[in-house]
Amino acid sequence: MTLPLFSTTEDPGPDFAGLIRRLKLPVHPTTTGGGPPSGTAGSAEFRHGTTVVALRFADGIVMAGDRRATEGHAIAHRAMEKVFPADRYSAVAIAGAAGPAVEMVRLFQTQLEHYEKVEGVVLSLEGKANQLGQMVREHLPMAMQGLAVVPLFAGYDLARGTGRIFTYDVTGGHYEETEHNATGSGGRDARTTIKLGYRVGMSRGDAVELAVEALYEAADEDSATGGPDLIRGIYPLVATVTAQGFESVPEAEVAERFASLIERRRSEGRQP
Amino acid sequence: MTMPYYVAPEQVMKDRAEYAQKGIARGRSLIATTYDQGIAIVADNPSRSLHKISEIYDRIAFAGVGKYNEFDQLRVSGIRHADTKGYAYSREDVDARSLANLYAQYLGQVFTHEMKPLEVEILVAELGTGLHPPQLYHIAYEGTITDEDRYAVLGGETETIAQRLEEAWTEGWSLGEALTAAVAALAGPDRTLSGTDLEVAVLAQGNGRRAFRRLAGDELATLLG
Repeated sequence: MTLPLFSTTEDPGPDFAGLIRRLKLPVHPTTTGGGPPSGTAGSAEFRHGTTVVALRFADGIVMAGDRRATEGHAIAHRAMEKVFPADRYSAVAIAGAAGPAVEMVRLFQTQLEHYEKVEGVVLSLEGKANQLGQMVREHLPMAMQGLAVVPLFAGYDLARGTGRIFTYDVTGGHYEETEHNATGSGGRDARTTIKLGYRVGMSRGDAVELAVEALYEAADEDSATGGPDLIRGIYPLVATVTAQGFESVPEAEVAERFASLIERRRSEGRQP
Repeated sequence: MTMPYYVAPEQVMKDRAEYAQKGIARGRSLIATTYDQGIAIVADNPSRSLHKISEIYDRIAFAGVGKYNEFDQLRVSGIRHADTKGYAYSREDVDARSLANLYAQYLGQVFTHEMKPLEVEILVAELGTGLHPPQLYHIAYEGTITDEDRYAVLGGETETIAQRLEEAWTEGWSLGEALTAAVAALAGPDRTLSGTDLEVAVLAQGNGRRAFRRLAGDELATLLG
């Protein structure tokens, strides 16, 4: 390796993706601009991640994802992680082809930290959302072959003092949500559950419980979404982002929320 | 036709070294020292935005003295090197030693082959782990690299500053003690430096994955007592 120095006209600035493109590192196709392999992905089985949700509460946002990854009709992984810290004040969750999605998250995390270190300031939340949109757009050729990656991005906007949520489509288009959203194969069921239970300015506890309930309902209807696995002790991953930054909700608390959810439903005479 | 004068290579090197040393000595100095929880770096720098100290990677920091545009270019290339290495391999594989070697090679190359040597002196600091002690790599304008495990002084009048720091040095001192001694050593007997004249940062255990943190304002004032 040599020191990566560039002439002033060639300098990639704080752009990490541009840097690895210029250094010609053999990395992810979204950064090298290389096309997808020929043939369609339909002929091979790829790992897919499924349902992720995000909603706003009084102090910021809650983000949660189930743990199942599938390969066709088979379960590929029971404890996959789909919710990641993007940086100190934002989180990203992924649905879609697991391989490219996890790689995209890694690039996104590095990109944000790289910008912060080179420039000496942190990108605005809007700027981070745009960056992720560009990565999804560059991934479009792969998406057309059946390897779509659809992230969900949320964070705490320090300038505005509020939590914000952004959703994406495969073309890289991103849309700000007012209160909540969900994506992935069980996204529709999760969205409906959140819509019914959502109230503006919810407490953290209520928001975590609603996120967990939405994943529970999605797992009930969608075979590719995993529900809580009490025997193995595998629960959805839940995280919050507030003015204090990204925090994972401890697994014990998620388990407790599930228990109280089932308890409450029974006492109301509903199906657990 | 005019014939170029013959200049002995010794003379060329001597002139270049003098040129670089003069440039570095014009700027203000900087001290890096280990303390019980990590490494503290103190720079005599009244600017709030043009930094001499910066984060490179999880446990690695950079500091430079001399010409700002020159060491800032080195700083950015260090971040690029570390981030691409961590991305291509793993975060654990990024280490200060290999980065310090790259810097030394580049500075040596420029010193011998270019018209003008770089007027900088830089420091690459790495926080220790359970297995390795903290490391301070001090790289001079001509590519000489030295590693210290206690403290390093960069800039002009380094000998007098180092002597003052040596007298105060205590193994395993606290952050407050280390900063007070470093500031006194930088200031010397005739000056006093307050928090606003200084740029201070630490690489500390317990800061999480990214160990680098700047100290300023009230927090710094309290530490300096």
